[in-house]
Order: sequence, then structure tokens, then C-alpha cells
Amino acid sequence: MTILAKFSPLRENYERLRSFGHDPFSVRFERILSPTEGLLNGRRTILLGTNNYLGLTFDESAIAAGVEALTQQGTGTTGSRIANGSYAGHGDLEKALADFYGRQHCMVFTTGYQANLGMISTLVGKDDILLIDSDSHASIYDAAKMGTAQVVRFRHNDPDDLYKRLRRLSDHPGNKLVVVEGIYSMLGDAAPIKEFAQVKRETGAFLLVDEAHSMGVLGPTGRGQAEADGVEADVDFIVGTFSKSLGAVGGFCVSDLPDFDILRVACRPYMFTASLPPSVIATTLQSLKRLQQEPDLRHRLMGNAERLYKGLMDLGFSVGPQPNPIVSVILPSKEVAIAFWNALLDAGLYLNLALPPATPNSMALLRTSVSAAHTTEQIDQALDLFAQVGQQLGVLPAKEFVQAAAE
Amino acid sequence: MNAEIDEIVTEIIHALGPSLQAPVTITPDTSITRDLGLDSLAVMDFVMVLEDKFDVSIPLERIAEVETVGDLALTIQELRGRA
Repeated sequence: MTILAKFSPLRENYERLRSFGHDPFSVRFERILSPTEGLLNGRRTILLGTNNYLGLTFDESAIAAGVEALTQQGTGTTGSRIANGSYAGHGDLEKALADFYGRQHCMVFTTGYQANLGMISTLVGKDDILLIDSDSHASIYDAAKMGTAQVVRFRHNDPDDLYKRLRRLSDHPGNKLVVVEGIYSMLGDAAPIKEFAQVKRETGAFLLVDEAHSMGVLGPTGRGQAEADGVEADVDFIVGTFSKSLGAVGGFCVSDLPDFDILRVACRPYMFTASLPPSVIATTLQSLKRLQQEPDLRHRLMGNAERLYKGLMDLGFSVGPQPNPIVSVILPSKEVAIAFWNALLDAGLYLNLALPPATPNSMALLRTSVSAAHTTEQIDQALDLFAQVGQQLGVLPAKEFVQAAAE
Repeated sequence: MNAEIDEIVTEIIHALGPSLQAPVTITPDTSITRDLGLDSLAVMDFVMVLEDKFDVSIPLERIAEVETVGDLALTIQELRGRA
């Protein structure tokens, strides 16, 4: 028996998925042509599933900043900040993010995953309690597993349920940390952070908000859902990522907690990994400037999101609860979702196939993410393809039937 | 004490109802994942229902130690006693 034998049920599932056509786990673009188009199997394909919210991956000023850093500082730091030291850019980016959020402190991590993993697993110790939303991202679940605190789940986006669970723990002497996400990545629903903040105030818990999908997207200045809800002062820690609206890779946490910097020598996913290369730091810094200088990017993004969301709803698809740049179509079964995803890919539209156990309530989803860089024509083309495939697969009523019914 | 465990087991069996794919006979020796086919997410959701039913907090790491329905009943009894 090989050491990999335990994965045979997973392998069977994977093989079954592949037998439907394309392999969602190894889609390989020959070329990326723009933030919204790639070349796949020789065909120009619309990218509608890349979390490239502001479309900054090809921003000329960000590319120029990256090239300059690459030329002047080399390809990588070849180690961690505690061993190899920090470059000026690491500190500059931390300062810029702290300023953007109006906070005292910031720590930059090598990935967004590590930012959640490191912050959450380190903030709560063995005498503390971590409370997480039941639909939390894998990085939050992994942080819970890695840490030593007691972990309690509360019902998704349900502040009353959180309150009930905190009340049960009111005699527990440890610190309580509540973790929520600004926008949830599977259905695009935003968290009621205003209500969560009230629970936090009443119970004396700490609050961490992961704005991975909402930074650069929500709020009057793009700081995320806590800003949109007007309760940033109640949020003790904001975590975010560079790999979505900022078009690169990396993560961060900002806070006003006085002793925050002690985490630099306590947080293992921060300490024991190589720091971000200078070019990534430079493009992120420049993209953050662009995010702040051009609120119009955010407006265009929301315009596109609303067009797609409303368009899909008008076609008769079942979509997530609110129009945000993540727009998901809920399909009746895994088989239909897989066939639908394959047909769209063959027709030149790329998006994400999301299946249980990664989805809430075991839903089968086609997950799209909209960009400020999408043109109206691209959104409409995507809607046309959804309509065509939906009719072919019987998810939507056939066209003749719809016309007959209308007459 | 046994009466209390029996009562908890009955409540657990009742709460398991909606998560089951097919009718099965559940005893204290029934394995929650192996015999009932619940994946880890389903187990966590089911535990949330039990937390509300017994008004206790059942931390995730305690669930990891639980194998059978009987183990779960003992865990709940202990957590309830502590409150």
C-alpha cells in the first residue's frame, strides 16, 4: 500500500470530474492578453473568474514600478525578514497600508492565506476562544486548526447566533476573537459588520475582518465592508490581500493595538517564510496608489457587477443574495454545473466551477468575478453565452417556449 | 448518570435525522462518520444544532476526539456539567 493510498476516494472524484471534459484544476492559458482576456487552446477567452477587481494587472505605472525594482534590487530577497533583513520597500508598503486604513501598525505577509493563517493562529492562545463564521475561507479554518485556542463556529452572517454563542462563553475568562469576512468568496454576500460590531461591543470580544474580496471594492474610499458599514473603529484587526484588487500576491494586517509589533517575533507564518520580492512590493505599492487616485475604477466595477447580476437574474438564473463583484449562479446539481462550465469554456468564457465541500450548503456553483476592466460588450457576451448554454442544458426554458409563453 | 446519557443519546439521534441519507438504526456504538456517512462539514453543522439544544459550547477540537454517538453524549454531559 503506498503512502498516497488514502487519497483514492479523492482520486476517483477527480477522475470523474475530468471525464466530463476540461480539467478545472489544470486550465492552462497559453497567454494572458489583458486583465479580461486570455488565450486558451488557441482561442481568445473572456476571463470572468480571476478576482482582478480593478483590472490593475496590466497597469502601465505598476508595471514600470515593478520593472524598476526588479532591475535595481534583483529578483528576490532569498529569505525571511528576520534572517535576511527587510528591504526599504517592505516598510514603505506597510506605511502606505497603515496610512490608507488610518491605522498605527501594519504587517505584510507573503500571501493572503498566510496573513489569515498567521494572524488568527497567533492572536488567540490556549486560554482564548476563537469564533468563526461557518462559511469561513479555508485559510481561517486552517488557522483555527493550527492555533491552540478553543474554536466555536457561529451560523453564517448571523450576529444573533454569534451573540448567543458568546453569551454561553461569558464565564470563560479568556479573550474572545471573532473573525468575519467583508465579502464571502463563494456567493458574494457581504457581512453585516455593523451588527457584528455591536455584538463585539456588548460582549467585549475582539473583531478581525478579512477584507480580501472587499478591499478596493466596497466603502467610500475602498477600504472594504467595515468602512461601508461605518464601523471601522470597532474593528481591531483588518486583514487583506494583494492578490485581488491590487493585482499581485501577498497579504497584510493593520491594527491600532499598541503592542502590535510583538507579533513580528511571535507569528510563525510571518517569520519562517521568504519575504515578498521587491518587484511585487513595488507593483503593489503603485496599485494601492491607483486604487486611491481613481475611485472611478470602483464605480465601473460596481456598474459591471450590477449589469451581470441583473442580467443573469432576468434570464431566470438563481444567483447569490446581492449584487457584488462576485456573482454566482446556483445550479441544480454537480453534473449540470460541470457540463455548464465545460460548455462555457468551449465557447470562450472562463469562470470558476465551485463544488461541495468548498461551497456553502453543498451548492453547485458557477462563480464569476467581475472587473472594472470588463467592457459592457464583454459582460453582454457573457450573458448571451449563459443564455445559450442554459437553454441547451435545460436549466432555462427553451427559447421557443419562452417566446410562445410571451405571446 | 446513565439516565442522563440515555436522554442525551436520544436527543442526538433526533438531531441527526435531517443529516441522514437513508434510514439507519443508531445506537451509542454507531460511528458518526463511518456508519452515518457524515463528512466533516456535516458533523460541524450537526454539532451546532446540538450546542443550541443543550445550550453548551462544544469546541471544534473536542469534536475531533469524538468517534461514536456514545462518545459525543459523554462529551456533552461533561461540558454541560461544567457550566
